[in-house]
Amino acid sequence: MKIALLGNPNTGKTSVFNLLTGLRQHVGNFPGITVDKKVGKIEFNDEKHELIDFPGTYSFYPRSSDEKVVHEILSDKGNELYPDMVAVVVDASNLERNLLFFSQIYDLQLPIVMILSMTDLTLKNEKQYDVNGLRKLFPEATIVESNARVRTGKARILEAFSHFKKRSSNYFLDDKILAESDIEGQEEEAEMRFRKIIRALKQIESTQEPEVSFTSKLDKILVHPIFGYLIFATILMVVFQFIYAFAAIPMDFIDGAFASLSSWTSSIMPEGIFTDLLTQGIIPGLGGIAIFIPQIALLFFFIAILEETGYLSRVVFIMDRIMRPLGLNGKSVVPLMSSVACAIPGVMAARTISDWKERMITIMVAPLMSCSARIPVYTLLIAIVIPNEIVGGVMNLQGLVLFGLYALGLVSALFVALILKWIIKTKEKGFLMLEMPSYKSPRWGNVGMTVLEKVKIFVWDAGRVILAISVILWALATYGPGNRMDQAEKLAKKQAIKQELSESESSQLVASMRLEKSYIGIMGKSIEPVIEPLGYDWKIGISLITSFAAREVFVGSMATIYAVGDDGAENLPLITKMKQAKRPDGTPIYTLAAGASLMVFFAFAMQCMSTLAVVKRETRSWKWPLIQLGYMGVLAYLGAWITFLILS
Amino acid sequence: MKTIANGTDVVVNKITASTLKVKLLEMGIMEGKQLKVLFRAPFGDPIAVDVGGYILSLRKDEAELIEVEQIPSVV
Repeated sequence: MKIALLGNPNTGKTSVFNLLTGLRQHVGNFPGITVDKKVGKIEFNDEKHELIDFPGTYSFYPRSSDEKVVHEILSDKGNELYPDMVAVVVDASNLERNLLFFSQIYDLQLPIVMILSMTDLTLKNEKQYDVNGLRKLFPEATIVESNARVRTGKARILEAFSHFKKRSSNYFLDDKILAESDIEGQEEEAEMRFRKIIRALKQIESTQEPEVSFTSKLDKILVHPIFGYLIFATILMVVFQFIYAFAAIPMDFIDGAFASLSSWTSSIMPEGIFTDLLTQGIIPGLGGIAIFIPQIALLFFFIAILEETGYLSRVVFIMDRIMRPLGLNGKSVVPLMSSVACAIPGVMAARTISDWKERMITIMVAPLMSCSARIPVYTLLIAIVIPNEIVGGVMNLQGLVLFGLYALGLVSALFVALILKWIIKTKEKGFLMLEMPSYKSPRWGNVGMTVLEKVKIFVWDAGRVILAISVILWALATYGPGNRMDQAEKLAKKQAIKQELSESESSQLVASMRLEKSYIGIMGKSIEPVIEPLGYDWKIGISLITSFAAREVFVGSMATIYAVGDDGAENLPLITKMKQAKRPDGTPIYTLAAGASLMVFFAFAMQCMSTLAVVKRETRSWKWPLIQLGYMGVLAYLGAWITFLILS
Repeated sequence: MKTIANGTDVVVNKITASTLKVKLLEMGIMEGKQLKVLFRAPFGDPIAVDVGGYILSLRKDEAELIEVEQIPSVV
């Protein structure tokens, strides 16, 4: 049997879903929209059944593109997801508004179970209701009380599922059938339903308005014009401190683990193409996926807590007015801020934005925010071309440049958002109308499930694209036309003997000369005329191509090309080599102009296949990631060119 | 409603016809409904309104569609 789980947003629907299915759930897609379809297995009457979690909606009629799925599936009996029974979660502390949606679904004539949630809150609010009154109002519905937030009521809900009542054409609205297609009809229907609900609730509910609740006291501070922003800024600071402090440890571990796995595999396998593919293509590719997991998990851990407590809606509330002129929405703040750590969770967090246009703009500009993968590139280049000086008495020039690059990311993101606001056309009128739930303590089970779900989505859906691209990049760097790479290797070995190089120096020279003759090396050389106006040579060209995998790969590639060991944090040999690098005419390559131009290039360019894979996953098409790749590429080229012209 | 001071109880007189009217209705705002203007975001926009026990935030141009009358406070 298929059971659809429905309900208004903020009713504890997710808690009910997690309570019923536990870890036996998986994420899939609803056809045509970007909302995830969560399906869980439940058991009653000794049979297995499917519970499908639908997006939270306030009405049967869709008001945003993501709400369409409820209407679409429930009004099409032939749909493969058409349920045999519906379960609607109803917030007991807010019956009036919740019953509008419930009464609409009731009139669909499907077997229906009402799960009353938040019953603990109604006690606190001294707002009592009479369940038997509700039973009289909806005689064909099975009504159960559950407090999923404290994990009670599972047995009762399953009991209700197994003894569901058959429908015999009892409608809430007499002879008023659903699926009014015109807006006026829907307005009229909503008013008729509310009138009947309000009349009935007078008997069912006792309304004793609470004095000043906990929520409104906290709101005096959290949306305060000064303290509100200060508190938000403080929370952000703490979150980022945690991410930088704690993500680095598992990331280093993953890095090391995959490197050892790769060398262990190559030691036990016979030499050959297949071993190379495995140890140099696939294993590092998997490592490249796994390395993002700590940041994604930590960011969504914090976002889920902020959401569970109800604080996130206050952030939206105080930021909406500021973001709106830019074509963004109060809800864009969290995705953009997350992108300072990593654009991948940022793009994934944009899913909460219900307005399609505002969501697309947020996704399109998120990768312009300076992510942590740019830091190794920036620090390397700053160390090479920016003198370590104190300016204006107190400011370190290198630090100032790094700050400038972060500011450049933020300003360009907002500026591009402004331009996209004019370009992207939409039929829907944007609205906010956001429910601000009361403050609650977070449910750790829900937080854990969110983290797990986001990591799974990233690994399965985006991971495939990332793995494919990294294998392609590996093949391009490992193979070259004809036997030119082998000749280069022989030449390198001869040179090494002549110069009396040590074993490690000689293998670095071999790697460098092989890379130069590989397909990527050839590509790097052939784009030299294009990147020459920016002040780059073919060596930078090669690294630009390899660092499409991820920005920080630039540093490792440069180390290979300059035939120095990649010794991790300090990179001193590489910095020295790059500082000494000269053009054929004897002038240095890494001048201030070329270095600054390269930094600007990295500030703008979409040098991250993982982000592209996630954008593809989130927008369900290749169109948006390709537009993003294109516009950021143009911005990077022009920005770098202008920087080079001004400084040289 | 966008000019009503914070902390005021109001009753809805009329909702201006607009594409957003049906959404307002579905969020529980209809003629005759009592609302309370709670607080505003910095810059006075959006506005937080108590709609029968839950807090709804409305942008100024959304609040503008709602014509309200102040309920004289009971002394």
